Amino acid sequence: MSANVNTALPLEYQTEQNRMNILGFWIFLGAEIILFGTLFAVFSVLSARYAGGPTPKDLFEIKDVMVETILLLTSSFTCGLAIYEMRRHNRNGLLLWFIITLLLGAGFVFMEITEFIHYVHEGATMQTSAFLSSFFVLLGTHGLHVSMGIGWATMVIIQILKRGLTPVTARKTFIIGLYWHFLDVVWIFIFTFVYLARMVA
Amino acid sequence: MNINWHDFFIVGNPLILGSQIAILLTMIGIVAGVTYLKKWKWLWREWLTTVDHKRIGIMYILSGVLMFFRGGVDGLLMKAQTSRPEMKFLDAQHYNEIFTTHGVIMILFAAMPLLIGLMNVVIPLQIGARDVAFPQLNALSFWLFFSGAMLFNISFVVGGSPDAGWTAYFPLAGKEFTPGIGNNYYAIALQIAGIGTLMTGINFIVTILKMRTKGMTLMRMPMFTWTSFIASVIIVASFPIFTVALALMTFDRIFGTHFFTLAGGGMDMMWANLFWLWGHPEVYIVVLPAFGMFSEVISTFSRKMLFGYKSMVFSIVGIAFLSMLVWVHHFFTMGAGPGVNSVFSITTMMIAIPTGVKMFNWLFTMRKGRIEFSTAMLWALAFIPCFIIGGVTGVMLAMGAADYQYHNTLFLVAHFHYVLIPGVVFAVFAGLYYWWPKMFGHMLNEKIGKIHFWFFTIGFNLTFMPMFFLGLDGAVRRSYTYSAESGYAPLFLLSTIGAVILAIGFGALCYNIYWSARYADRNISNDPWDARTLEWATASPPPFYNFAKLPEVKSVDSFWYMKKNNEGLTLKDEEIEEIHMPSNSGLPIYMGVIFGIAGFFLVFEWKIAALVATVGILIGLIIRSFDYNDGFHVHVDEIKETEKAWRNVDKGGNSHVS
Repeated sequence: MSANVNTALPLEYQTEQNRMNILGFWIFLGAEIILFGTLFAVFSVLSARYAGGPTPKDLFEIKDVMVETILLLTSSFTCGLAIYEMRRHNRNGLLLWFIITLLLGAGFVFMEITEFIHYVHEGATMQTSAFLSSFFVLLGTHGLHVSMGIGWATMVIIQILKRGLTPVTARKTFIIGLYWHFLDVVWIFIFTFVYLARMVA
Repeated sequence: MNINWHDFFIVGNPLILGSQIAILLTMIGIVAGVTYLKKWKWLWREWLTTVDHKRIGIMYILSGVLMFFRGGVDGLLMKAQTSRPEMKFLDAQHYNEIFTTHGVIMILFAAMPLLIGLMNVVIPLQIGARDVAFPQLNALSFWLFFSGAMLFNISFVVGGSPDAGWTAYFPLAGKEFTPGIGNNYYAIALQIAGIGTLMTGINFIVTILKMRTKGMTLMRMPMFTWTSFIASVIIVASFPIFTVALALMTFDRIFGTHFFTLAGGGMDMMWANLFWLWGHPEVYIVVLPAFGMFSEVISTFSRKMLFGYKSMVFSIVGIAFLSMLVWVHHFFTMGAGPGVNSVFSITTMMIAIPTGVKMFNWLFTMRKGRIEFSTAMLWALAFIPCFIIGGVTGVMLAMGAADYQYHNTLFLVAHFHYVLIPGVVFAVFAGLYYWWPKMFGHMLNEKIGKIHFWFFTIGFNLTFMPMFFLGLDGAVRRSYTYSAESGYAPLFLLSTIGAVILAIGFGALCYNIYWSARYADRNISNDPWDARTLEWATASPPPFYNFAKLPEVKSVDSFWYMKKNNEGLTLKDEEIEEIHMPSNSGLPIYMGVIFGIAGFFLVFEWKIAALVATVGILIGLIIRSFDYNDGFHVHVDEIKETEKAWRNVDKGGNSHVS
């Protein structure tokens, strides 16, 4: 509540309210870890229950998944560059890298939707088997998070354009950065445990 | 969209028809009353859009009391049905619906809001803060809870109640065996309320970590703040599991997936595991803040510092940790094998250790204290023996092998009522009597309070003690009737009589609230109990900014310390500075309404309509993103006037301490 501003800190940490928001978001990410952890646990329980439907080896195309992975990992890197530019108070640099991040993210979402449509055409739907139910819900939850992130970040970009770099817009950008890196980490686990492990096994 | 209009309203049952008429009349009555008194604007400005933690807390408590009434009526109906063998009062289906809604409502829509409500009112005051970390989020939490509660409550008149038990075990709760929409209400209403609870958890963790006043180190925090902090941590750690479980249930029921189904490779027992991975910690989410309230009440009315403060803190942390490691004891009969069952038996029994530490701490706090038998203290005193019965039978149930005998009997039902009623309901009553003057500026009547206490406590023991013996004799839970030959009739009848006495006790509380609101003495001091923590250092009810000058803390029981050393109690004019406060917002209630609408469509599986309503949720989020309202500043003159008003009256205020 109090507005004791400490200008020695980076923009996003300058006010008490900002510091509380950032801590609150870290705790929210803790809850998100539990959420995805549960989904991973469900997937690991159901992942071999094909019920006569297609198996991972029938479905997964490692090339497409690799492209998705590279898109999302790169976007995490460019997101880091965006925050780096923000720390240097370079608004245009921030916006440039931020927009590149979102385009990469949109590319990822596009690839993922294409992948899903492809599976559905092969007769592998959410209703086919327990394996596919857990697969679609785990990946769908992640994909929905990325899509929501893109929408949310777009609004923050509009606010940066309108208001410039203030402690408030900087804090919003920083928090989206945390969110974006988190989704990237989740994807690394998906890539490893959902795709790679099932294609080897 | 295949709309089944003939399923929409439940018809043909006189009990439900009566409820439908009563609901309609009540709603007309409320709307007409508010309109007649020209209170709409006031209601909107002062309550519906408020972000003040004290008012949000009061709204939580009010909803909690209402829901306690609803859940209590469910309980009485069950008791009426089982009062005699082969009763024809409720049929099997109706009985199933009633025990389901009783469980869900009592845990999630009565216990939770009553505790979260008291947390809301008290914690910012106890840590010397002016509000919670995220006031608008706090309002959103409330409205999401309220929306979920209302959605769940209309189920019995619109579309049909869930009927698979409050644990909603699969495969029974799945579409194959329960094709109606009742269980959709369960999945969706709890989801909406659960999101609100998760946000409350985050909010209170940040509030307690970041907003403590100067000098209040973690180890100087009042025990209620400590327990609520740990409960918030458990909320954040366990509610996402429930979120996922409910989402998967929704997918199974509405979108035909195979998570918990028998067909398609699903695994029904995974539901039980996920449910109790949340459900067991949930027990501690409700019981830990309650322990904190008892700590405050016992310490205040024994006129002593809490005994073993540090061991109290370590034991709540220990309980929180263990609470995550015991979930399998809810289904030892799943057949995981003696190895697994032994592990969970041991972790379960280990919980008795920190809980025992707390028991002894409370007893030693009272030892050589000057105990005052106020109503709040009576609840705390009754809690100890009753809760020990619940705890000891819990250890009996924890033995995996023996549990095969107790499983699904009324012994278990008696056990958890002996834990939850003394552990949570008594605590809430103690908390209400104790903090009522802080919330409303007048006390609850102590004489009526004692009537409430004796009826409720005796009724409670009479209701649930026979159920231990019924359970040991083999009476199963959730069975709508029993035969005369079983020999259960006398104990069941005794239990019903107990329930009536208990209900009279609750009636006394309702009358007490009414009586005190009308006739109670308003001229009381801001510290009527001669209490020990910071919430009593400001006016009753506190001004919206809580403290004109944030207090400085030098020890545990800081207000007691301030009174003993006579420091920090007075306020000089020049110490007053402008105070920054958050503005009201209509967005949280909008979000509550739109979530309720979207949820309602989804319950009826009208997917396109639900999708359209979801757009409304997104619009709310967008509005929030562009909302740059920074709050407002309270002027020094206004603060001076407010402070003068209560500080002067206080000199002549009546103290209630002998």
